[in-house]
Amino acid sequence: MTTIRKMEEAQIAKLKAKIPDFAPGDTLRVDVKVVEGTRERIQAFEGLCIARKNAGLNSSFTVRKISYGEGVERVFPLYSPRIAAIDLVRRGDVRRAKLYYLRGRRGKSARIAERAGMIGGDAAPETPAES
Amino acid sequence: MRTGLIAKKLGMTRVFAEDGADVPVTVLRVDHCQVVAVRTAERDGYTAVQLGVGSAKPKSLTKAERGHFAKAKVEPKRKLAEFRVSADALVEVGAEISAEHFVPGQFVDVTGITIGKGFAGAMKRWNFAGLRATHGVSVSHRSHGSTGHRQDPGRTFPGKKMAGHLGDERVTTLNLRVVSTDADQGLIVVRGAVPGAEGSFVLVRDAAKRKAPDGLPFPAALKGGAAPAPELSALSPKSPISALSPKSELSALSPKSGQEP
Repeated sequence: MTTIRKMEEAQIAKLKAKIPDFAPGDTLRVDVKVVEGTRERIQAFEGLCIARKNAGLNSSFTVRKISYGEGVERVFPLYSPRIAAIDLVRRGDVRRAKLYYLRGRRGKSARIAERAGMIGGDAAPETPAES
Repeated sequence: MRTGLIAKKLGMTRVFAEDGADVPVTVLRVDHCQVVAVRTAERDGYTAVQLGVGSAKPKSLTKAERGHFAKAKVEPKRKLAEFRVSADALVEVGAEISAEHFVPGQFVDVTGITIGKGFAGAMKRWNFAGLRATHGVSVSHRSHGSTGHRQDPGRTFPGKKMAGHLGDERVTTLNLRVVSTDADQGLIVVRGAVPGAEGSFVLVRDAAKRKAPDGLPFPAALKGGAAPAPELSALSPKSPISALSPKSELSALSPKSGQEP
């Protein structure tokens, strides 16, 4: 293993990020630490995880939501200390690793079915097609 | 003026700081960086230290090079470079410079040979806009366009930016902040990018255009702390990759200086 890889793994171990087991298609609520002047508060960003990049310390994931009728995507570094928590709201049933096809869709065609046998999906903003 | 040191560029990564900031960093390794020769004002007309780094096979050296290293009683080095120093900052021949020569928070200048790009067009080399994709442009979409004026002056001025060789030149990046150092592994972590390919040698010096912080090891931070004995061939084979966990905390502020003459 190269020195850089060792440094990155040591940093991952030191950061102790609590990361739930999530995949593209899942609905997430990401609590982001926001600094306003001197005080710090936590802002939630809730949406659909449409991509996940697994690359050690450089891992990241993309969350997409529709905010006031406008699609908003945010890419979070998985191990960033600015992320206070990642909550799994709902599991989605998808057959693709990257859900970029959702960008061209809205409403009914942009829904994702809930994965069966998973945690309750009552908090989901849209009703899943499959019961 | 202190000496710098020679390091090998390992590559780039990121560091998440305590406040959550994401810092892009370059990791440099200082591998058996020893003083091979000293230039003095009496003998050479200027003061400098010649450092060597890495290790070379004796059979691949010339007889003159072997003699040079034998005179200094150091292992053959892969790369040699001179650093101008003030007369009071000379370091004894054979002394090994530690990565803690630099202190986290200080600024350094890093010199390297940039990655060669070969013969490059004006768009890549000088960021020219090129010509239009349509509207009658024929075959020359990436050309540089006009290079001058009309009958007067009737020539292209010297220094006109045109296509040509790009990269593989000596470049110094100024004012890079040292994020952390690790003396055991010989690592220096610097904020931002450093010229050169991964695995190439770079020269690291105190920033010329910034005030040096107090508490820098003077004249140099030496390995082993104490004064190095002239017999130094036993000092070099020390494995730098022994410790598995790099302590990349910003805690290496102790000037571990082996005060030399």
